Amino acid sequence: MDRKVRVLVAKPGLDGHDRGAKIIARALRDSGYEVIYTGIRQTPDMIAEAALQEDVDVVGLSILSGAHMALVPRVIEKLKELGMEDVVVLVGGIIPDEDVQTLLDMGVAGVFGPGTLTSEIVETIENALGRQPA
Amino acid sequence: MTNTDLTTVEGLTQALEAGNRRALARVISHIENNTDLALPLLAALYPRSGKAHIIGVTGAPGAGKSTLVNQLAGVYRQRNLTVGVIAIDPTSPFSGGALLGDRVRMRDLAGDPGVFIRSMATRGSLGGLAQATADVIMVLDAAGFDRIIIETVGVGQSEVEIASAAYTTLVVEAPGMGDEVQAIKAGILEIADIFAVNKADREGVDRTVMALKMMLNLGVPEKFQVMHHGRMLPVNLPETEKLPQGWTPPVLKTVAISGEGAEELTEAIENHRLYLEQSGGRILRDRLRAATELRMIMRDYLLETLLARTDAAVLEEMVEAVARREIDPYTAVRHFVNEKAV
Repeated sequence: MDRKVRVLVAKPGLDGHDRGAKIIARALRDSGYEVIYTGIRQTPDMIAEAALQEDVDVVGLSILSGAHMALVPRVIEKLKELGMEDVVVLVGGIIPDEDVQTLLDMGVAGVFGPGTLTSEIVETIENALGRQPA
Repeated sequence: MTNTDLTTVEGLTQALEAGNRRALARVISHIENNTDLALPLLAALYPRSGKAHIIGVTGAPGAGKSTLVNQLAGVYRQRNLTVGVIAIDPTSPFSGGALLGDRVRMRDLAGDPGVFIRSMATRGSLGGLAQATADVIMVLDAAGFDRIIIETVGVGQSEVEIASAAYTTLVVEAPGMGDEVQAIKAGILEIADIFAVNKADREGVDRTVMALKMMLNLGVPEKFQVMHHGRMLPVNLPETEKLPQGWTPPVLKTVAISGEGAEELTEAIENHRLYLEQSGGRILRDRLRAATELRMIMRDYLLETLLARTDAAVLEEMVEAVARREIDPYTAVRHFVNEKAV
Protein backbone atom coordinates (compact mmCIF):
# COMPACT_ATOMS: atom_id res chain seq x y z
CA MET A 1 0.00 0.00 0.00
CA ASP A 2 1.32 3.38 -0.96
CA ARG A 3 -1.55 5.63 0.01
CA LYS A 4 -1.14 9.30 -0.85
CA VAL A 5 -3.69 11.92 0.12
CA ARG A 6 -4.84 13.80 -2.97
CA VAL A 7 -6.11 17.34 -2.71
CA LEU A 8 -7.78 19.43 -5.40
CA VAL A 9 -7.14 23.15 -5.05
CA ALA A 10 -9.53 25.23 -7.10
CA LYS A 11 -10.67 28.79 -7.42
CA PRO A 12 -14.35 28.99 -8.25
CA GLY A 13 -15.92 32.22 -9.36
CA LEU A 14 -14.66 35.18 -11.25
CA ASP A 15 -11.95 36.82 -9.19
CA GLY A 16 -8.48 36.20 -10.49
CA HIS A 17 -6.54 36.49 -7.25
CA ASP A 18 -4.84 33.14 -7.16
CA ARG A 19 -1.82 33.90 -5.01
CA GLY A 20 -3.44 32.47 -1.88
CA ALA A 21 -4.48 29.31 -3.70
CA LYS A 22 -0.96 28.86 -5.07
CA ILE A 23 0.63 29.37 -1.66
CA ILE A 24 -1.70 26.79 -0.14
CA ALA A 25 -1.06 24.37 -2.99
CA ARG A 26 2.66 24.70 -2.45
CA ALA A 27 2.36 24.35 1.33
CA LEU A 28 0.26 21.20 1.02
CA ARG A 29 2.78 19.78 -1.44
CA ASP A 30 5.47 20.41 1.14
CA SER A 31 3.32 18.57 3.67
CA GLY A 32 3.48 15.46 1.51
CA TYR A 33 0.15 15.68 -0.29
CA GLU A 34 -0.44 15.27 -3.99
CA VAL A 35 -2.04 18.55 -4.94
CA ILE A 36 -3.97 18.95 -8.15
CA TYR A 37 -4.08 22.62 -8.98
CA THR A 38 -6.79 23.64 -11.44
CA GLY A 39 -6.39 27.40 -11.52
CA ILE A 40 -8.83 30.26 -11.66
CA ARG A 41 -12.39 30.73 -12.94
CA GLN A 42 -13.63 27.22 -12.27
CA THR A 43 -17.34 26.53 -12.23
CA PRO A 44 -18.79 24.21 -9.55
CA ASP A 45 -19.39 21.65 -12.33
CA MET A 46 -15.75 21.79 -13.43
CA ILE A 47 -14.52 21.44 -9.86
CA ALA A 48 -16.73 18.46 -9.04
CA GLU A 49 -15.85 16.70 -12.29
CA ALA A 50 -12.12 17.29 -11.74
CA ALA A 51 -12.47 15.98 -8.18
CA LEU A 52 -14.13 12.87 -9.57
CA GLN A 53 -11.56 12.20 -12.30
CA GLU A 54 -8.67 12.79 -9.94
CA ASP A 55 -10.37 10.77 -7.19
CA VAL A 56 -9.28 13.25 -4.55
CA ASP A 57 -9.79 12.97 -0.81
CA VAL A 58 -10.01 16.70 -0.27
CA VAL A 59 -11.33 19.69 -2.23
CA GLY A 60 -9.95 23.08 -1.22
CA LEU A 61 -11.83 26.11 -2.51
CA SER A 62 -10.20 29.52 -2.50
CA ILE A 63 -12.72 32.33 -2.70
CA LEU A 64 -11.98 36.02 -2.31
CA SER A 65 -14.87 37.42 -4.29
CA GLY A 66 -17.51 37.28 -1.56
CA ALA A 67 -19.53 34.77 -3.56
CA HIS A 68 -18.81 31.87 -1.19
CA MET A 69 -22.41 31.53 0.00
CA ALA A 70 -23.47 30.93 -3.60
CA LEU A 71 -20.50 28.86 -4.80
CA VAL A 72 -19.78 26.51 -1.90
CA PRO A 73 -23.27 24.93 -1.69
CA ARG A 74 -23.22 24.35 -5.44
CA VAL A 75 -19.87 22.58 -5.29
CA ILE A 76 -21.06 20.41 -2.39
CA GLU A 77 -24.27 19.59 -4.22
CA LYS A 78 -22.39 18.67 -7.41
CA LEU A 79 -20.00 16.44 -5.47
CA LYS A 80 -22.98 14.64 -3.95
CA GLU A 81 -24.57 14.20 -7.34
CA LEU A 82 -21.40 12.49 -8.53
CA GLY A 83 -21.29 10.17 -5.53
CA MET A 84 -18.44 12.00 -3.85
CA GLU A 85 -20.19 12.95 -0.63
CA ASP A 86 -17.31 11.60 1.44
CA VAL A 87 -14.86 14.16 0.05
CA VAL A 88 -13.55 16.64 2.62
CA VAL A 89 -14.38 20.22 1.55
CA LEU A 90 -12.28 23.12 2.83
CA VAL A 91 -12.79 26.81 2.15
CA GLY A 92 -10.11 29.48 2.27
CA GLY A 93 -10.04 33.16 1.50
CA ILE A 94 -11.92 36.17 2.77
CA ILE A 95 -14.93 34.75 4.62
CA PRO A 96 -16.86 36.99 7.09
CA ASP A 97 -17.14 35.51 10.58
CA GLU A 98 -20.92 35.35 10.40
CA ASP A 99 -20.75 33.03 7.39
CA VAL A 100 -18.29 30.54 8.86
CA GLN A 101 -20.79 28.57 10.94
CA THR A 102 -23.25 28.41 8.03
CA LEU A 103 -20.52 26.94 5.83
CA LEU A 104 -19.55 24.42 8.52
CA ASP A 105 -23.22 23.44 8.85
CA MET A 106 -23.32 22.79 5.11
CA GLY A 107 -20.64 20.17 5.58
CA VAL A 108 -17.47 22.19 5.06
CA ALA A 109 -14.76 20.70 7.28
CA GLY A 110 -12.80 23.89 7.81
CA VAL A 111 -12.78 27.58 6.90
CA PHE A 112 -9.42 29.32 6.79
CA GLY A 113 -8.75 33.03 6.57
CA PRO A 114 -5.55 34.97 5.93
CA GLY A 115 -2.74 34.12 8.31
CA THR A 116 -3.77 30.49 8.80
CA LEU A 117 -0.84 28.22 9.55
CA THR A 118 -0.32 25.30 7.18
CA SER A 119 -0.23 23.03 10.22
CA GLU A 120 -3.84 23.98 11.06
CA ILE A 121 -4.97 23.01 7.56
CA VAL A 122 -3.01 19.76 7.67
CA GLU A 123 -4.49 18.93 11.07
CA THR A 124 -8.02 19.57 9.81
CA ILE A 125 -7.40 17.34 6.78
CA GLU A 126 -5.88 14.52 8.81
CA ASN A 127 -8.68 14.66 11.40
CA ALA A 128 -11.38 14.73 8.75
CA LEU A 129 -9.81 11.73 7.02
CA GLY A 130 -9.52 9.93 10.33
CA ARG A 131 -5.76 9.72 10.21
CA GLN A 132 -3.10 10.58 12.75
CA PRO A 133 -1.47 13.91 11.94
CA ALA A 134 2.06 13.31 10.71
CA MET B 1 -25.93 8.19 -8.12
CA THR B 2 -26.21 4.45 -8.71
CA ASN B 3 -26.44 1.49 -6.46
CA THR B 4 -23.46 -0.13 -8.12
CA ASP B 5 -21.02 -1.50 -5.60
CA LEU B 6 -17.77 0.30 -6.20
CA THR B 7 -15.91 -1.59 -3.49
CA THR B 8 -15.53 -4.94 -5.25
CA VAL B 9 -13.57 -6.02 -8.30
CA GLU B 10 -16.76 -7.19 -10.04
CA GLY B 11 -18.70 -4.02 -9.24
CA LEU B 12 -15.84 -1.78 -10.34
CA THR B 13 -15.14 -3.58 -13.61
CA GLN B 14 -18.82 -3.75 -14.54
CA ALA B 15 -19.36 -0.08 -13.77
CA LEU B 16 -16.21 0.83 -15.65
CA GLU B 17 -17.42 -1.08 -18.67
CA ALA B 18 -20.75 0.72 -18.46
CA GLY B 19 -18.92 4.03 -18.67
CA ASN B 20 -19.11 4.99 -14.99
CA ARG B 21 -16.42 7.66 -14.56
CA ARG B 22 -16.34 7.37 -10.79
CA ALA B 23 -15.57 3.67 -11.15
CA LEU B 24 -12.79 4.46 -13.62
CA ALA B 25 -11.29 7.00 -11.21
CA ARG B 26 -11.50 4.53 -8.33
CA VAL B 27 -9.85 1.76 -10.33
CA ILE B 28 -6.97 4.07 -11.21
CA SER B 29 -6.51 4.92 -7.52
CA HIS B 30 -6.46 1.27 -6.52
CA ILE B 31 -3.73 0.66 -9.07
CA GLU B 32 -1.75 3.76 -8.18
CA ASN B 33 -1.89 2.92 -4.48
CA ASN B 34 -1.27 -0.76 -5.13
CA THR B 35 -4.15 -1.84 -2.92
CA ASP B 36 -5.35 -5.40 -2.49
CA LEU B 37 -7.75 -4.91 -5.38
CA ALA B 38 -5.04 -3.74 -7.77
CA LEU B 39 -3.92 -7.12 -9.10
CA PRO B 40 -7.41 -8.62 -9.53
CA LEU B 41 -8.54 -5.43 -11.29
CA LEU B 42 -5.57 -5.52 -13.65
CA ALA B 43 -6.22 -9.16 -14.39
CA ALA B 44 -9.91 -8.51 -15.09
CA LEU B 45 -9.34 -5.50 -17.32
CA TYR B 46 -6.27 -6.59 -19.28
CA PRO B 47 -8.17 -8.71 -21.82
CA ARG B 48 -10.37 -5.72 -22.66
CA SER B 49 -7.43 -3.47 -23.48
CA GLY B 50 -5.41 -3.20 -26.67
CA LYS B 51 -7.64 -1.09 -28.87
CA ALA B 52 -6.56 2.47 -28.10
CA HIS B 53 -3.84 4.37 -29.88
CA ILE B 54 -1.37 5.59 -27.27
CA ILE B 55 0.39 8.88 -27.82
CA GLY B 56 3.30 10.09 -25.70
CA VAL B 57 4.05 13.80 -25.46
CA THR B 58 7.43 14.70 -24.03
CA GLY B 59 9.84 17.62 -23.96
CA ALA B 60 11.55 20.12 -21.70
CA PRO B 61 9.68 21.97 -18.96
CA GLY B 62 7.92 24.97 -20.42
CA ALA B 63 8.04 23.73 -24.02
CA GLY B 64 4.25 23.76 -24.09
CA LYS B 65 3.34 20.11 -23.62
CA SER B 66 0.15 20.62 -21.59
CA THR B 67 -1.18 23.31 -23.88
CA LEU B 68 -0.44 21.16 -26.89
CA VAL B 69 -2.19 18.17 -25.30
CA ASN B 70 -5.19 20.43 -24.73
CA GLN B 71 -5.21 21.26 -28.47
CA LEU B 72 -4.67 17.69 -29.65
CA ALA B 73 -7.47 16.39 -27.48
CA GLY B 74 -9.67 19.17 -28.86
CA VAL B 75 -9.00 18.12 -32.46
CA TYR B 76 -9.71 14.48 -31.63
CA ARG B 77 -13.00 15.49 -30.00
CA GLN B 78 -13.98 17.31 -33.19
CA ARG B 79 -13.39 14.01 -34.94
CA ASN B 80 -15.69 12.30 -32.45
CA LEU B 81 -12.95 10.26 -30.88
CA THR B 82 -12.83 9.94 -27.10
CA VAL B 83 -9.62 10.88 -25.32
CA GLY B 84 -8.01 9.79 -22.06
CA VAL B 85 -5.20 12.00 -20.80
CA ILE B 86 -2.55 11.09 -18.22
CA ALA B 87 -0.59 14.14 -17.12
CA ILE B 88 2.51 13.43 -15.06
CA ASP B 89 4.37 15.83 -12.78
CA PRO B 90 7.24 15.13 -10.41
CA THR B 91 6.99 14.07 -6.80
CA SER B 92 9.12 16.11 -4.43
CA PRO B 93 12.07 14.03 -3.24
CA PHE B 94 11.93 15.92 0.05
CA SER B 95 8.29 15.94 1.13
CA GLY B 96 6.91 13.13 -1.01
CA GLY B 97 4.22 15.57 -2.07
CA ALA B 98 3.57 16.85 -5.57
CA LEU B 99 2.01 19.79 -7.31
CA LEU B 100 0.11 18.56 -10.33
CA GLY B 101 -0.67 21.60 -12.42
CA ASP B 102 -1.31 20.36 -15.94
CA ARG B 103 -5.09 20.72 -15.70
CA VAL B 104 -4.65 24.49 -15.63
CA ARG B 105 -3.78 24.37 -19.34
CA MET B 106 -6.49 21.87 -20.20
CA ARG B 107 -9.54 23.79 -19.12
CA ASP B 108 -11.00 23.74 -22.64
CA LEU B 109 -11.58 20.03 -22.10
CA ALA B 110 -13.56 20.46 -18.88
CA GLY B 111 -17.14 19.29 -18.96
CA ASP B 112 -16.70 17.08 -22.01
CA PRO B 113 -17.80 13.53 -21.16
CA GLY B 114 -15.62 12.26 -24.00
CA VAL B 115 -12.48 13.31 -22.16
CA PHE B 116 -11.02 11.95 -18.95
CA ILE B 117 -7.95 13.60 -17.45
CA ARG B 118 -5.93 12.08 -14.67
CA SER B 119 -2.91 13.73 -13.07
CA MET B 120 -0.22 11.45 -11.71
CA ALA B 121 2.83 12.11 -9.57
CA THR B 122 6.04 10.25 -10.39
CA ARG B 123 6.32 8.87 -6.83
CA GLY B 124 10.03 8.33 -7.09
CA SER B 125 10.21 7.04 -10.64
CA LEU B 126 12.92 8.76 -12.70
CA GLY B 127 12.26 7.92 -16.33
CA GLY B 128 9.74 10.70 -16.98
CA LEU B 129 6.71 8.56 -16.16
CA ALA B 130 5.01 7.56 -12.93
CA GLN B 131 5.43 4.09 -11.42
CA ALA B 132 1.98 2.92 -12.42
CA THR B 133 1.72 4.70 -15.78
CA ALA B 134 1.66 1.58 -17.93
CA ASP B 135 -1.12 0.06 -15.83
CA VAL B 136 -3.17 3.25 -15.85
CA ILE B 137 -2.83 3.44 -19.65
CA MET B 138 -4.18 -0.10 -19.78
CA VAL B 139 -7.15 0.84 -17.61
CA LEU B 140 -8.07 3.84 -19.81
CA ASP B 141 -7.68 1.57 -22.82
CA ALA B 142 -10.01 -1.03 -21.28
CA ALA B 143 -12.46 1.76 -20.45
CA GLY B 144 -12.80 2.29 -24.18
CA PHE B 145 -11.01 5.56 -24.92
CA ASP B 146 -10.02 5.80 -28.58
CA ARG B 147 -6.88 7.84 -28.01
CA ILE B 148 -4.78 8.01 -24.87
CA ILE B 149 -2.38 10.91 -24.52
CA ILE B 150 0.38 10.73 -21.92
CA GLU B 151 2.15 13.90 -21.00
CA THR B 152 5.48 13.14 -19.34
CA VAL B 153 7.13 15.31 -16.73
CA GLY B 154 9.24 18.07 -18.18
CA VAL B 155 12.27 16.07 -19.22
CA GLY B 156 15.95 16.67 -19.67
CA GLN B 157 17.75 14.56 -22.19
CA SER B 158 17.53 11.00 -21.07
CA GLU B 159 14.02 10.37 -19.74
CA VAL B 160 12.94 8.19 -22.59
CA GLU B 161 10.65 5.67 -20.91
CA ILE B 162 7.66 7.09 -22.73
CA ALA B 163 8.84 5.50 -25.98
CA SER B 164 8.16 2.04 -24.64
CA ALA B 165 4.74 3.01 -23.29
CA ALA B 166 3.40 4.80 -26.37
CA TYR B 167 2.89 3.84 -29.99
CA THR B 168 3.56 7.36 -31.20
CA THR B 169 6.03 9.57 -29.35
CA LEU B 170 5.82 13.28 -29.89
CA VAL B 171 8.81 15.36 -28.80
CA VAL B 172 7.98 19.01 -28.20
CA GLU B 173 10.75 21.53 -28.68
CA ALA B 174 10.71 25.29 -28.51
CA PRO B 175 12.93 27.82 -30.27
CA GLY B 176 16.06 28.98 -28.51
CA MET B 177 16.59 25.88 -26.42
CA GLY B 178 19.75 24.65 -28.02
CA ASP B 179 21.89 24.51 -31.10
CA GLU B 180 22.78 21.83 -33.61
CA VAL B 181 24.99 20.01 -31.14
CA GLN B 182 22.12 19.63 -28.71
CA ALA B 183 20.14 18.17 -31.57
CA ILE B 184 22.57 15.34 -32.27
CA LYS B 185 23.05 14.25 -28.69
CA ALA B 186 21.61 10.93 -27.74
CA GLY B 187 18.44 10.73 -25.69
CA ILE B 188 14.96 12.03 -26.13
CA LEU B 189 15.49 13.28 -29.66
CA GLU B 190 16.13 9.70 -30.73
CA ILE B 191 12.78 8.45 -29.57
CA ALA B 192 10.67 10.93 -31.51
CA ASP B 193 8.23 9.67 -34.10
CA ILE B 194 7.12 13.26 -34.61
CA PHE B 195 8.67 16.59 -33.65
CA ALA B 196 6.59 19.60 -32.76
CA VAL B 197 8.48 22.87 -32.65
CA ASN B 198 6.12 24.81 -30.45
CA LYS B 199 5.95 28.57 -29.86
CA ALA B 200 6.53 28.88 -33.59
CA ASP B 201 5.53 32.52 -33.47
CA ARG B 202 8.80 33.25 -31.71
CA GLU B 203 12.13 34.20 -33.11
CA GLY B 204 14.50 31.38 -33.97
CA VAL B 205 11.87 28.84 -34.93
CA ASP B 206 13.35 28.18 -38.37
CA ARG B 207 16.75 27.59 -36.86
CA THR B 208 15.33 24.98 -34.50
CA VAL B 209 13.39 23.29 -37.30
CA MET B 210 16.54 23.28 -39.43
CA ALA B 211 18.65 21.79 -36.63
CA LEU B 212 16.17 18.97 -36.12
CA LYS B 213 15.89 18.24 -39.83
CA MET B 214 19.65 18.16 -40.17
CA MET B 215 19.87 15.72 -37.32
CA LEU B 216 17.31 13.50 -38.99
CA ASN B 217 19.21 13.64 -42.27
CA LEU B 218 22.37 12.50 -40.54
CA GLY B 219 20.88 9.08 -40.44
CA VAL B 220 17.98 7.08 -39.20
CA PRO B 221 19.05 4.46 -36.65
CA GLU B 222 19.37 1.02 -38.14
CA LYS B 223 16.98 -0.65 -35.82
CA PHE B 224 14.15 0.45 -33.67
CA GLN B 225 14.84 0.65 -29.94
CA VAL B 226 15.47 -2.84 -28.78
CA MET B 227 16.71 -1.58 -25.47
CA HIS B 228 14.29 -0.56 -22.82
CA HIS B 229 15.79 2.84 -22.21
CA GLY B 230 17.22 3.60 -18.86
CA ARG B 231 16.53 0.11 -17.57
CA MET B 232 19.30 -1.77 -19.31
CA LEU B 233 16.99 -4.55 -20.30
CA PRO B 234 17.80 -5.61 -23.80
CA VAL B 235 15.06 -7.26 -25.79
CA ASN B 236 16.57 -9.49 -28.40
CA LEU B 237 14.57 -10.02 -31.51
CA PRO B 238 15.37 -12.29 -34.43
CA GLU B 239 16.74 -10.44 -37.46
CA THR B 240 13.50 -10.83 -39.35
CA GLU B 241 11.46 -9.17 -36.65
CA LYS B 242 13.09 -5.80 -36.69
CA LEU B 243 10.72 -2.89 -37.10
CA PRO B 244 10.21 -1.96 -40.72
CA GLN B 245 11.96 1.17 -41.86
CA GLY B 246 10.27 3.87 -43.81
CA TRP B 247 9.13 6.41 -41.28
CA THR B 248 11.03 9.67 -41.12
CA PRO B 249 9.87 11.80 -38.20
CA PRO B 250 8.18 14.92 -39.53
CA VAL B 251 9.11 18.27 -37.97
CA LEU B 252 6.01 20.43 -37.53
CA LYS B 253 5.55 23.97 -36.28
CA THR B 254 2.86 24.67 -33.71
CA VAL B 255 1.61 27.55 -31.61
CA ALA B 256 -0.17 25.63 -28.88
CA ILE B 257 -1.66 28.68 -27.22
CA SER B 258 -3.62 29.61 -30.36
CA GLY B 259 -4.07 26.12 -31.75
CA GLU B 260 -2.08 26.83 -34.88
CA GLY B 261 -0.70 23.60 -36.33
CA ALA B 262 -2.76 21.33 -34.06
CA GLU B 263 -4.76 19.97 -36.97
CA GLU B 264 -1.59 19.11 -38.93
CA LEU B 265 -0.01 17.58 -35.84
CA THR B 266 -3.03 15.36 -35.27
CA GLU B 267 -2.84 14.35 -38.92
CA ALA B 268 0.82 13.38 -38.48
CA ILE B 269 -0.05 11.27 -35.42
CA GLU B 270 -2.81 9.52 -37.36
CA ASN B 271 -0.42 8.91 -40.27
CA HIS B 272 2.02 7.33 -37.89
CA ARG B 273 -0.74 5.19 -36.42
CA LEU B 274 -1.66 3.94 -39.91
CA TYR B 275 1.98 3.40 -40.73
CA LEU B 276 2.43 1.23 -37.62
CA GLU B 277 -0.71 -0.73 -38.35
CA GLN B 278 0.08 -1.36 -42.00
CA SER B 279 3.75 -2.15 -41.49
CA GLY B 280 3.14 -4.52 -38.59
CA GLY B 281 5.00 -2.11 -36.33
CA ARG B 282 2.17 -1.97 -33.84
CA ILE B 283 2.28 -5.70 -33.23
CA LEU B 284 6.02 -5.49 -32.85
CA ARG B 285 5.81 -2.64 -30.37
CA ASP B 286 3.25 -4.62 -28.41
CA ARG B 287 5.60 -7.55 -28.25
CA LEU B 288 8.54 -5.38 -27.21
CA ARG B 289 6.44 -3.84 -24.51
CA ALA B 290 5.25 -7.22 -23.26
CA ALA B 291 8.84 -8.47 -23.13
CA THR B 292 9.99 -5.41 -21.21
CA GLU B 293 7.04 -5.47 -18.89
CA LEU B 294 7.47 -9.12 -18.00
CA ARG B 295 11.12 -8.59 -17.19
CA MET B 296 10.35 -5.58 -15.04
CA ILE B 297 7.63 -7.34 -13.11
CA MET B 298 9.94 -10.33 -12.64
CA ARG B 299 12.62 -8.03 -11.31
CA ASP B 300 10.24 -6.37 -8.86
CA TYR B 301 8.88 -9.72 -7.80
CA LEU B 302 12.32 -11.17 -7.22
CA LEU B 303 13.31 -8.13 -5.21
CA GLU B 304 10.23 -8.42 -3.03
CA THR B 305 10.73 -12.15 -2.56
CA LEU B 306 14.35 -11.70 -1.68
CA LEU B 307 13.61 -8.90 0.77
CA ALA B 308 10.78 -10.86 2.35
CA ARG B 309 13.03 -13.75 3.26
CA THR B 310 15.92 -11.56 4.34
CA ASP B 311 16.33 -10.87 8.03
CA ALA B 312 15.96 -7.10 8.44
CA ALA B 313 18.67 -7.01 11.11
CA VAL B 314 21.12 -8.85 8.89
CA LEU B 315 20.31 -6.53 6.03
CA GLU B 316 20.92 -3.55 8.29
CA GLU B 317 24.29 -5.00 9.37
CA MET B 318 25.23 -5.50 5.75
CA VAL B 319 24.25 -1.92 4.89
CA GLU B 320 26.53 -0.73 7.69
CA ALA B 321 29.35 -2.96 6.50
CA VAL B 322 29.04 -1.62 2.95
CA ALA B 323 28.89 1.97 4.23
CA ARG B 324 32.08 1.31 6.26
CA ARG B 325 33.66 -0.15 3.12
CA GLU B 326 34.31 -3.48 4.79
CA ILE B 327 32.53 -5.28 2.01
CA ASP B 328 31.56 -4.22 -1.50
CA PRO B 329 27.86 -4.06 -2.39
CA TYR B 330 28.05 -6.84 -5.00
CA THR B 331 29.53 -9.36 -2.61
CA ALA B 332 26.98 -8.28 -0.01
CA VAL B 333 24.10 -8.98 -2.37
CA ARG B 334 25.53 -12.32 -3.32
CA HIS B 335 25.50 -13.21 0.35
CA PHE B 336 21.71 -12.79 0.45
CA VAL B 337 21.08 -14.55 -2.82
CA ASN B 338 23.28 -17.53 -2.10
CA GLU B 339 22.61 -18.02 1.57
CA LYS B 340 19.10 -19.30 1.26
CA ALA B 341 18.72 -19.91 -2.42
CA VAL B 342 19.66 -23.56 -2.19
